[in-house]
Amino acid sequence: MKKEKELLKGNYAIAQAAVEAGCQSYFGYPITPQSEIGEYLSTKMPELGRAFVAAESEVAAINMLLGAGSTGVKAMTSSSSCAVALMQEGLSFIAGDEIPCVLVSVMRAGPGLGYIYASQGDYFQATKGGGNGDYKIVTFAPASVQECIDLTYKCFYVSQKYRTPVCLLADGMLGQMMEPAVVGKYPYEEIDQSSWALTGADNREPRHIASIEREEETLRKRVVKIFEKYNQILKNENLFEKYETEGAKIVITAFGSIARIAKAAVKMARKNGLKVGLFRPILLNPFPEKIVQEIAQKVDGILDIELNCGQMLQDIKASIAGVVAIPIKFYGRPAGVMMTVEEIYEQIENVYKEIIEKKYGTACI
Amino acid sequence: MEQLVYKKPDSIRDDFKITFCPGCDHGIAVRLVAEVLDELSVREKTIGIASVGCSVFSYDFFNVDIVEAAHGRSLAVATGVKRSKPDKVVFTYQGDGDLASIGLGETIHAMTRGEKVTTICINNTTYGMTGGQAGPTTLIGQVTTTTTKGRDPQLSGYPLKVCEILKEVDGTAFVARVTLDSPAAILNAKKCIKKAFEAQIKGLGTGFIEILATCPTNWKMTPQQAHERVRGEMSEVFKPGIYKDRVSEAI
Amino acid sequence: MDSNVLIAGFGGQGVLFIGQLLARACMNEGLSVTWTPSYGAEMRGGTVNCTVCISDDEVACAYVAEPKNVIALNAPSFAKFESKIKPGGTMVVNSSLVKSAPSRTDINYKFVPMTEIAHNAGHEKMANIVSLGAFIKTLPVISKDSIVNVMRTMLTGKKAIMLEGNIQALDEGFEAVK
Repeated sequence: MKKEKELLKGNYAIAQAAVEAGCQSYFGYPITPQSEIGEYLSTKMPELGRAFVAAESEVAAINMLLGAGSTGVKAMTSSSSCAVALMQEGLSFIAGDEIPCVLVSVMRAGPGLGYIYASQGDYFQATKGGGNGDYKIVTFAPASVQECIDLTYKCFYVSQKYRTPVCLLADGMLGQMMEPAVVGKYPYEEIDQSSWALTGADNREPRHIASIEREEETLRKRVVKIFEKYNQILKNENLFEKYETEGAKIVITAFGSIARIAKAAVKMARKNGLKVGLFRPILLNPFPEKIVQEIAQKVDGILDIELNCGQMLQDIKASIAGVVAIPIKFYGRPAGVMMTVEEIYEQIENVYKEIIEKKYGTACI
Repeated sequence: MEQLVYKKPDSIRDDFKITFCPGCDHGIAVRLVAEVLDELSVREKTIGIASVGCSVFSYDFFNVDIVEAAHGRSLAVATGVKRSKPDKVVFTYQGDGDLASIGLGETIHAMTRGEKVTTICINNTTYGMTGGQAGPTTLIGQVTTTTTKGRDPQLSGYPLKVCEILKEVDGTAFVARVTLDSPAAILNAKKCIKKAFEAQIKGLGTGFIEILATCPTNWKMTPQQAHERVRGEMSEVFKPGIYKDRVSEAI
Repeated sequence: MDSNVLIAGFGGQGVLFIGQLLARACMNEGLSVTWTPSYGAEMRGGTVNCTVCISDDEVACAYVAEPKNVIALNAPSFAKFESKIKPGGTMVVNSSLVKSAPSRTDINYKFVPMTEIAHNAGHEKMANIVSLGAFIKTLPVISKDSIVNVMRTMLTGKKAIMLEGNIQALDEGFEAVK
């Protein structure tokens, strides 16, 4: 029977999706705006005979996640901004150990304690990270409550398929708002973890999982192998939304909840005859450079919009550097008042006039 | 006629590589843990946590599944393993710097939750692997590379007594401090290690063993001198004994 | 259609509940809708509020700095949000508790004595439902029947006893706006 839509809060949607995905172990420490995830799972997981631990800190939570993941079960933690900062050491170990697990990061505003407003200030934290060494945290960014569910599933699947930590990067708006959504069945195949997981050396050689490596050549090979996985993930698991990019003169780039507002502004612009499109990467890391290049080659300019001081902007710039020379404009602010459709539209109009008039002598192309 | 009187425990790898310095007590401690795993017949369902320090290469000698933890985080990792696989036997093997300094928070909280795991802590009053700096257990007056005039409590505080703290933590079921400085002491240590594993197997709570161990390299002593130090000034500050035993109470 | 309403009142007046009633009704009618509770600094100052955004396309933003419509169930809410409403917007006000005179000429006001109506109908605590009735009459974003259908699904079991009262309160609010 097809499940009906429910009015669901983003945080509960993520928690329910984790349960549906078969998450066996959850570890967390409360922090607004994501505490509902832990609250929900604190009751649900024991009911299902699964593990819930209220960790004493995020440092502990991420290392519990490492331990759980090392046994091959689906495991998750959730946190936010200044507390995800505490997890960076653990994330580096998890990446180096090639342990599958899911981190849900519901961004609030920073730096420091900042406040619980919606913000996108942790794009760098998620995609560049603060842990040591060469690694990436695979990152997906939802823009709706339904995507919170669908991408939680995707995070578990990708983490298990490629044995890598995966981050769901949401924000306070998505976490707190309710929207119609369906928690459907987990749509992916189960990935057998028995060839490597630690389950006790019963009738087999003992296994060990460690990031330490004395042989320099072996260490090099391991990191190269890990990076090869990121290429595979980009090739096989990439997700993005293109809206009205065909024939567009200017393309707006935005991710997460801001992309919803940008999309409405693009609709308004199209209605007013401006040839504008939207590109929303959903897989943020590894970054879809090729697609950005393809888009950039067909347009006269890019307007990047973020609720931060220009973080994904750096990836956009790096993607097209040396490929095509078009102006890249940025509109954003660190946090606080959410952007409005009208506000973004105004920016689109300004940039359109500036770039298109300069190039063609008229804004009405 | 030949008679086998001594053999390598199954829980030690056939191709084991000992990475410890000559005269160090780690070797004895590892062997005792391995013997206990054999005697309890749990090797095949044991998952060990290797911590940062001299025990980081645990997988080179323990013949069981091993996952490495970041410095201090062994008991958090152990929590994740045990909660995900409650039927496994889980132990951490840590130094005093790892457990009592950078990882004291994880230690106390895991034991407060009464995690059904066993922790072996090697207390040698120094950071051995990094070259003998002062640690949380360094004795007053002890000369190290960061207390060159001897540990002065006014400057760097007092040695931390872990058993005395952990016996007060409700989730621990067995807490003991042992030495390895004589055959009798070694036999006693093994008995205690076994009880610390029984504590988790019986579901009573965390089993904790602190082993007063030598570090001849960093102490700049012969193995004999080092054991005399364990018997003498170390045992005066860190009193050996069983601090808590809910395992015997339960029997 | 692309509309939104901010609903504000004292904690305990059932502000969040009628927001969800409205949102669920919209969902059942196939509209896009978001519901967002008061959040962050918004939570301070004696009022609770939530915002419901409704669209027959996609809802762009669940946060609204300048709402198109406001339901004000108490005086602090009236004071706080009157100035923030977009020109041309509507404010549905509980005149039982709000005694201030309107200060704007570019928005529409509907003053309804919600607490009094609820009291007279014998449903003391249902001023919120009265306000929802008044709102959907003023701005027909959704039919009264849609709301009643949601009530039937939400008020079940022990709460079923409250159903008739809720429907009556909704009717009273609806009829109070001419």
